[in-house]
Amino acid sequence: MKARYRRFAWIGLGLAAVGIAVALVLSAFRSNLVFFFTPSQVVAHEVPQSRPFRVGGLVEAGSLRRDPGSLTVHFLVTDTAKTVPVTYTGLLPDLFKEGKGVVAQGRMGADGAFHATEVLAKHDENYMPPEAKSAIEQAQRGPESMPSLHEARAR
Amino acid sequence: MIVNWFRYSSPVSFYPLAGRLSRAFGVLAAGFTIAGLYIGLVVAPTDATQGDAYRIIFLHVPTAWMAMLIYLAMAFWSALALGFNTRLSAMMAQALAPTGALMAALALWSGAFWGRPTWGTYWAWDARMTSTLILLFLYLGVIALRSAIDDPRRADRACALLSLVGAVNVPIIYFSVQWWNTLHQGSSISFTSAPKMAMTMVEGLLVMTAGVWSYCIAVTLARVRSIIVERERGSGWVASLIARQGAR
Amino acid sequence: MSGFFAMGGYAWYVWMSYGAAAVAVIVEILALRLRRRHAFDTARMAQDADAAGPATRPLADLRSNG
Repeated sequence: MKARYRRFAWIGLGLAAVGIAVALVLSAFRSNLVFFFTPSQVVAHEVPQSRPFRVGGLVEAGSLRRDPGSLTVHFLVTDTAKTVPVTYTGLLPDLFKEGKGVVAQGRMGADGAFHATEVLAKHDENYMPPEAKSAIEQAQRGPESMPSLHEARAR
Repeated sequence: MIVNWFRYSSPVSFYPLAGRLSRAFGVLAAGFTIAGLYIGLVVAPTDATQGDAYRIIFLHVPTAWMAMLIYLAMAFWSALALGFNTRLSAMMAQALAPTGALMAALALWSGAFWGRPTWGTYWAWDARMTSTLILLFLYLGVIALRSAIDDPRRADRACALLSLVGAVNVPIIYFSVQWWNTLHQGSSISFTSAPKMAMTMVEGLLVMTAGVWSYCIAVTLARVRSIIVERERGSGWVASLIARQGAR
Repeated sequence: MSGFFAMGGYAWYVWMSYGAAAVAVIVEILALRLRRRHAFDTARMAQDADAAGPATRPLADLRSNG
């Protein structure tokens, strides 16, 4: 191949790379999907009304309900101050648990619930062997305690 | 003892030094990586929440750190090349780009295979992930720009500018988990607080990080030697180098 | 031993990550070898051409990418 054609090919590749990068930045940041909103922000109507967005927090303990005979689930997402009801139809990730972090993507419905199209489990940055974890839980039994709240720090 | 560092700023004297260092760091990389893999995959305990899926951390975190660090190093050498118009700095920047791109790609790849079993998705347009993807495209952009310009000195300047402009992305990646509510969790290891993981896990992470560091240094120095030969091939010392050892 | 490879049920994810890294390292090292050989070959050919005289230089636009 002639050096000139190869150069044009490289220029094309370079422009494509930079163009894709710029497109990613614009689309991701415009659509509010790079970060999530907290339930308090949802309750205060500080969220996009017409576009999908993400809401994140903890799945409130004891709030998970499954519709019989379907994959639809209902649960409450809380930031310990406010809660938002979430409806979702589909498979939940393995790490989805009551009392654990969750990030749901979707939009507010007319019924006041958040209709999620995707539910992701959010785990924290703590890693420990199972024995250590059960020891900690043993120690914590007594006063009602929430798991460490990364979301609370971020607020 | 005063070492005359400027002596090594010329390709002639740096070439043999780079060869010795590259071999030494190659040996270190092999040692650290084998030890780190052993600690991470065999010795370290299973995580209580994530099971064995968390073991991807021993690859993911060192490569992600390295992808950011190499970009900063590339920007540093680019600044030197622009400021002092030194040949070797530009060659160092040129040699770092492919390995940086590889590290960014590995961080994204291993992140996808970690995200799927834990979060429930291979990919999300999360601030951390999106900015890391942009880092990969910046690396690819620098490499493509270099190949698009025939005159090496002009290519040096263009790539240096792109590298320096792109450097704003690195703090965005690093602090994204603090600035925004992201799906990506915060740092388990930071300079400001105690590690948030079991001690064996920290050890595995640090040993693997040492391995990835050594690997990147070894590979970059080996690549800069080839770049020196490519770009100085008209000079007398390369001629005598070829006469002395040949291509092997 | 099979327990080690099973990775507690996460074998696909763990080994896809580490496997890709292993492949990437091997490919990068091979590419470096090729580049080094190519750099020397190109330099030697350019010199041979120079030695033969500046008029006969067929390799003027020999570029090295990669």
